[in-house]
Amino acid sequence: MTTGTATGTAPYEAGTTGDPAARFRDLLAAEWLKLWSLRSTPWAYLITALAVIGFNVGQAYDTYRYWTDENAGDADKFIRDGIPLAEAFTSNAVVIHLLAAGAIGAVTVVGEYGTGLIRTTFAAVPARRAVMAAKAAVVAVVTTAFGALVAFVSFFSTQAILSARDIGVFLDHPGALRVVAASALLTPVAALVGMAIGTLLRHMGSTMIVTVATLLVLPMVVSPDRYWSALIAHALPFPAWRRLTEPGAHFEAYPWSTGGAWTVYALWALAAVAVTVFSVDRRDQ
Amino acid sequence: MIEVKDLTKRYGATTAVKDLTFTVRPGYVTGFLGPNGAGKSTTLRMILGLNQPTGGTVTVGGRSFRDRPRGLRHVGALLDAGDMHGGRSAAAHLAVLARSNRIPRRRVDEVLAEVGLAGAAGRRRIGGFSLGMRQRLGIAAALLGDPPVLLFDEPLNGLDPEGVLWVRGLFRRLAAEGRTVFVSSHLMSEMENTADELIVIGRGELIAAESLTRFAARGTGANVTVRTPRAADLADVLTAAGAVVHQDGPLLTVTGLDAARVGDLACRHALPLHELAPRSASLEEAFMELTAQSADYLAGEAR
Repeated sequence: MTTGTATGTAPYEAGTTGDPAARFRDLLAAEWLKLWSLRSTPWAYLITALAVIGFNVGQAYDTYRYWTDENAGDADKFIRDGIPLAEAFTSNAVVIHLLAAGAIGAVTVVGEYGTGLIRTTFAAVPARRAVMAAKAAVVAVVTTAFGALVAFVSFFSTQAILSARDIGVFLDHPGALRVVAASALLTPVAALVGMAIGTLLRHMGSTMIVTVATLLVLPMVVSPDRYWSALIAHALPFPAWRRLTEPGAHFEAYPWSTGGAWTVYALWALAAVAVTVFSVDRRDQ
Repeated sequence: MIEVKDLTKRYGATTAVKDLTFTVRPGYVTGFLGPNGAGKSTTLRMILGLNQPTGGTVTVGGRSFRDRPRGLRHVGALLDAGDMHGGRSAAAHLAVLARSNRIPRRRVDEVLAEVGLAGAAGRRRIGGFSLGMRQRLGIAAALLGDPPVLLFDEPLNGLDPEGVLWVRGLFRRLAAEGRTVFVSSHLMSEMENTADELIVIGRGELIAAESLTRFAARGTGANVTVRTPRAADLADVLTAAGAVVHQDGPLLTVTGLDAARVGDLACRHALPLHELAPRSASLEEAFMELTAQSADYLAGEAR
């Protein structure tokens, strides 16, 4: 142990490395490390994947099991009505998927606030907007990859089961790729929305309540049959997913285009990133 | 070098810090003292740009800390040992911080070894750490960027006696290397063997900014202890000379006169002295006296 007395004269010699230029990719790498150094991360993804794929496969198996020879003549109609695509990613599964993705996004921010780690983070990197942008980028990339994996596995496993009754379709079937893409991309949208709400509220309980209300409850209370209500519905991510995946959706009283639905995805994602990045800038930590 | 000028922080109607001005110089350990709720942590957070001042400025090395894109090479800070995620290992916590500031990975092992968390302890999850181990990890994080300025908020909490000695030695060494070391505490006794300079605040306002020795001299608790077989006679003489005397058998405790004057008076009146001992006020007393009026939470205070 050193017990030298302070003289106040020795000048501090800066390290020979000096102060290297600040790079955004260092923040990306740090957020990546941060995500995967938590044991709960792989578990959260694994459990979500099993639950969502399980729901989809279960539904397809149900159809497979109760499909009798008398139904064989209906196979063409079954496919024409788009039922195989509806079973590629069911609305029950998407509810779970939406909730899990929202929670996964929220916890990346709320986990830091809840533990106080956010102060350590911002003291190490005073450029707060860059930190939050890196965090959002990592969440977006990881949840997109995860969403794509879950959507593709769901598609191929359900269609494989249905094919045993000759009612499965391939990826080149009209609308098939859109079902997979819409389900995959709903994941980063929900995760970024959860993250933005988490950044604003900073507490897990309230964040989850508001996230569930925004992503799930709001779409349930609006009706597609009244003009104003339909207008709100057409601005929400969950109805946008329905529009992109359900073949009958555009026969509603107020139809909307798939382009409109994709735009809803994009705007929600962008707005969520903007809230996440800019709301922390001047706030006391 | 930390320069705080007219710093003010208000939360609604409450003023946490008011017109605070002081300078923390490099090469010294500077203690930052004040009772609980005096505004120490708020001030430290404003130095780090975590909280936005309501008024005034604070610079580190001539620049506002918030203006630096990366912080660890400029200021190392331990604010609260709890400011980490319990789910990560100590090494992972430091690796994340190092990566964000482009600090080589080997520094993680170096600082872990320096604070005594090398080997298995560094790979354990922080959630299982004792407060003392978290303090060590927080100090490791502060050292990561080899910064010229170091801030520590109550770093001795939860450390065992060996840890306290180690931390004191570390602070002295860091200061001797020419760094600015700013350490907060609400206990004067913690500073007594650590700090060269003191910044004392109470209720958010500056009470003193001076060297430890000058601060100690402020205490008015200085007195003289006298042992004499003719205690009653000496007490009369001293009281007549303007002193306040407390008698306990052959022992007198005299305030208001110094030892030389007491000795002279005893000699003039031919009173024998068996013992004459001046006692200067302790730092603790000086601190208590100065902050008594400004302590927010006094035990037994009238309601």
